[in-house]
Amino acid sequence: MRALDKKLVYDLRRIWAQALAIALVMACGVATIILSIGSYRSLEETRSAFYERYRFGSVFASAVRAPLTLKERIASLPGVSAVELRIMQPVLLDVPLMVEPATGIVVSIPDHREALVNKVYIRQGRLPESGRPDEVAVLETFADAHRFTPGDSFEAIINGKKRKLTIVGTVLSPEFVYAIGPGDMVPDQKRFGVFYMSASVLRGLYDMEGAFDDLSLTTLRNADLKRIMEGLDNILKPYGGSGARSREDQLSHAFLDNELKELRAMAMIIPPIFLFVSAFLVNMILSRLIELEREQVGLLKAIGYTDVAVGWHYTKLVLAIGLVGMVIGVIAGQWLGLGLTRLYGRFFTFPFLIFRHSLDLFLLATGVTMLAAIAGAARAVYSTVRLPPAVAMQPPAPTQYRSLFDRSKRRFQRISRRTIMSTRHLLRWPLRTFLTTLGTSLSVTLLVTAVFAFDSIDYMIDNIFFRTERQDASISLVEALPLDAQYSLRGLPGVKRVEPFRATLTKFRHGETEKRVPIVGISNDSRLLQILDVEQNPVKPPITGLMVPEMLAKQLKLRPGDQVKVELLEHNNRVVSVPVVGLVSSYVGLTSYMSLKSLNRLLREGDRMNGARIRIDANSLPDLYQEIKQTPVITSIALLDVSLQKFRETIRENITTMTTLYVVLAVIITFGVIYNSARIQLSERARELASLRVFGFTRGEVSSVLLAELGIITLLAQPLGWLLGYLFAWMVVKGFESDLYRIPFVVNSETFANASLVVIVAAVVSALIVRRRIDRFDLVRVLKTRE
Amino acid sequence: MQKPIFEISGLTKIYGSGEVEVRALNGVDMTLYEGEMAVLLGPSGSGKSTLLNIVGGLDQATSGKVLFDGRSLTALNERDLTRYRREHVGFVFQFYNLIPSLTARENVALVTEIARAPMSPDEALAMVNLSDRATHFPAQLSGGEQQRIAIARAIAKRPEVLLCDEPTGALDSKTGILVLEALSTINRELGTTAAIITHNVEIREIANRVFYFKDGKIENMQVNDHPVSPSKVSW
Repeated sequence: MRALDKKLVYDLRRIWAQALAIALVMACGVATIILSIGSYRSLEETRSAFYERYRFGSVFASAVRAPLTLKERIASLPGVSAVELRIMQPVLLDVPLMVEPATGIVVSIPDHREALVNKVYIRQGRLPESGRPDEVAVLETFADAHRFTPGDSFEAIINGKKRKLTIVGTVLSPEFVYAIGPGDMVPDQKRFGVFYMSASVLRGLYDMEGAFDDLSLTTLRNADLKRIMEGLDNILKPYGGSGARSREDQLSHAFLDNELKELRAMAMIIPPIFLFVSAFLVNMILSRLIELEREQVGLLKAIGYTDVAVGWHYTKLVLAIGLVGMVIGVIAGQWLGLGLTRLYGRFFTFPFLIFRHSLDLFLLATGVTMLAAIAGAARAVYSTVRLPPAVAMQPPAPTQYRSLFDRSKRRFQRISRRTIMSTRHLLRWPLRTFLTTLGTSLSVTLLVTAVFAFDSIDYMIDNIFFRTERQDASISLVEALPLDAQYSLRGLPGVKRVEPFRATLTKFRHGETEKRVPIVGISNDSRLLQILDVEQNPVKPPITGLMVPEMLAKQLKLRPGDQVKVELLEHNNRVVSVPVVGLVSSYVGLTSYMSLKSLNRLLREGDRMNGARIRIDANSLPDLYQEIKQTPVITSIALLDVSLQKFRETIRENITTMTTLYVVLAVIITFGVIYNSARIQLSERARELASLRVFGFTRGEVSSVLLAELGIITLLAQPLGWLLGYLFAWMVVKGFESDLYRIPFVVNSETFANASLVVIVAAVVSALIVRRRIDRFDLVRVLKTRE
Repeated sequence: MQKPIFEISGLTKIYGSGEVEVRALNGVDMTLYEGEMAVLLGPSGSGKSTLLNIVGGLDQATSGKVLFDGRSLTALNERDLTRYRREHVGFVFQFYNLIPSLTARENVALVTEIARAPMSPDEALAMVNLSDRATHFPAQLSGGEQQRIAIARAIAKRPEVLLCDEPTGALDSKTGILVLEALSTINRELGTTAAIITHNVEIREIANRVFYFKDGKIENMQVNDHPVSPSKVSW
């Protein structure tokens, strides 16, 4: 080994703790790049592969009852490559050992051939055969939740008739990667399922001979989706078509899209933090190391080493640290990536998961991190290598300080000398102090950004489950029934109050933009649903006109007083103009509200309802469930308590996993910054601190000089971290905003406090490790060496 | 007048062990009296600094005894040694060891703030003739001035002893004399016992007694009945 390389090994051995702290920060950079970009790719590639192999539809549409003979017309629309006409209906289930009714969707599969669009993947068993009315294939998530295997059976209410169905297979579908039930906020695998039955059987059961009520089609590359959808709307209009939808309005797809968007946002925010901190740390310790070795650099140059050779020597040191960081980072990134992918596996069901060990990603992650480190090293190396050997061999000029806090001025008289020492030292290198503070504050930022989600979710839960939705359950009816149906519901066991509603799907158009929007009409004396205005105050439903969610108003540029064109998708696409009379606060979906009376007037069908919110006596629940399972007109019942519980469970699990990760990352940053900064100060000021010991200052007093500096930095970092955290949290909220859901922007003071607590504890521990070194100072040796 | 302040007997300091064992002090017996100025001479490695460090409470002896004002120093623990340094000892080193981020006056005040009955920083600076440099930072002062600030800092707490390890080692003769004058003034006016380590044989002229060190022992001791003023010394 060459002499200079031996020096490298000795140097690394000497600064191993600092080097490791930096390597860990670099590892976080590498790991978060691999985690976020890797998971993004994994999810994206898995999705595309599944979509492609199983022919996920590009356009979806439903009608009330349309003849199968339309198939040719639809297939001949320019750009359409394949069409599948089918039956798709909601069903209520009676599952053995489950008290409450589950709900689901039943979908037809073609007889005697494979589906051309939305083909299912068979995990177990087989698909139902034509002419076997009791055979069903179920979505794997539902089967797993109930431990169903082929051969098991359950009962379903299909078109008002209870039927016993036998499972012949479990399947996965590109249409239901994210299978979420009506009225649910998170998937509940137990209470919601998708069922596939033979087309001929379903047509028989629903009296749809020669007809269909739903379709999905695939398109050729470069097809004009908008024209296809318009053509489809025209074809289906006479048959109760409710408007064609593209993938963006397909629930499962939209949720997947959202997740991908979040991963992309994560890739943009988190890794740069670590890259910045590692560049800064490398710069900090390398500058100090080179400063201490100034004479050696001069000597090396004096005996004939070139600038390049000396520069390369120190660059190798950085590369060695980077190498350790890369190895740890790649391993951690892979491990976390697999973990996250597995977490996805619980919400998104794919037949396979593509998680490739892609070389280019490793190269990208390690390359970017290495570049950041070398960028950090560049200045330190350059400035020393540039010095002529004669100058380099002399000690650097003494440090000049500025006379701040002159104690002859009265107002500074209470400041202790040691505080003055710390403060002047901090102000002597303002850039370094600022960067150290910024580095530490980024830990706070990371934590605030991670933990605020709890606040937002709590607020969201309170808003949705306690202030807006105040019913015990909400019931959907098979079709719009006269308002008198509420009295039948009132007669069900345990039902104490019934508030009917009417829901209908529409398309809002304002200016150039249009959006599919459900309108819900509620009675004026509604108590079980409370509409909240943008200031969160309860408001009565308007006598006339619409109340629209803030998000929708923003998207369509609507203001109260504007008239919006409403296309009634379930009523022959009649277009009416309705005034917007107010904005409501809402975090899920785009549902807009009207009074039941005016909605019914608009729909021209008389006073009708297709659902109700009910209040129930909890003791009568089993009886009620039993009754509902026997009531054909009820297609689903959503229990608020159950939704809430499931929501809390899911969210808590998700956020807890992410928060743990973020806490670890924040602790690593804090440790990396504070420990390194303390070690460097200790090295720069060993002499001063030893002098103080000699004068008779106690260990505690001497440490306090150094700890005061770290303390000032840590304290200054808090408000900066809060501010950045607040900003990042806002960016996260904005990044998550979608038609499906919004997260309220709420950051409680406890979140700031908790973030600070973690960082301060991590800082104190790092500082205490350094304090032990002060305690072990060899006073005499330190003082007798020339600076 | 001859009240002993340090009574040292059989003082031994061994660094390392086995083959690499170094006997820095090998059974030194010595007494320093109140108010005297002692100069310690001898080649490098002869044990002068080791003795001063032990006497100053910076280092522990391997064996032997040091009594300060009748109390044993060798029995003190780390905390008591710190208090001992804080209350009784002033140090001056070859490389000044000033705090670069504090002005001259603040460097002195650093010590007066923790002492029991200190003089004011300005008084201490006046004793070394540097009142006009009070607001300068170390980086703005010459080597001799820095060393005099270090002396002002050492004496500001009115210590019983002043221990100086090569105080003129980094200075030229002219500034070195100014530093010695400051030491001598303090010894005279405050009655502070001073022990000065030096390589410079000429400096023995200003001492009451001169100790010659060799191989961890005192080889010879000379009493100087007529110490001269530092201004009369040159090298």
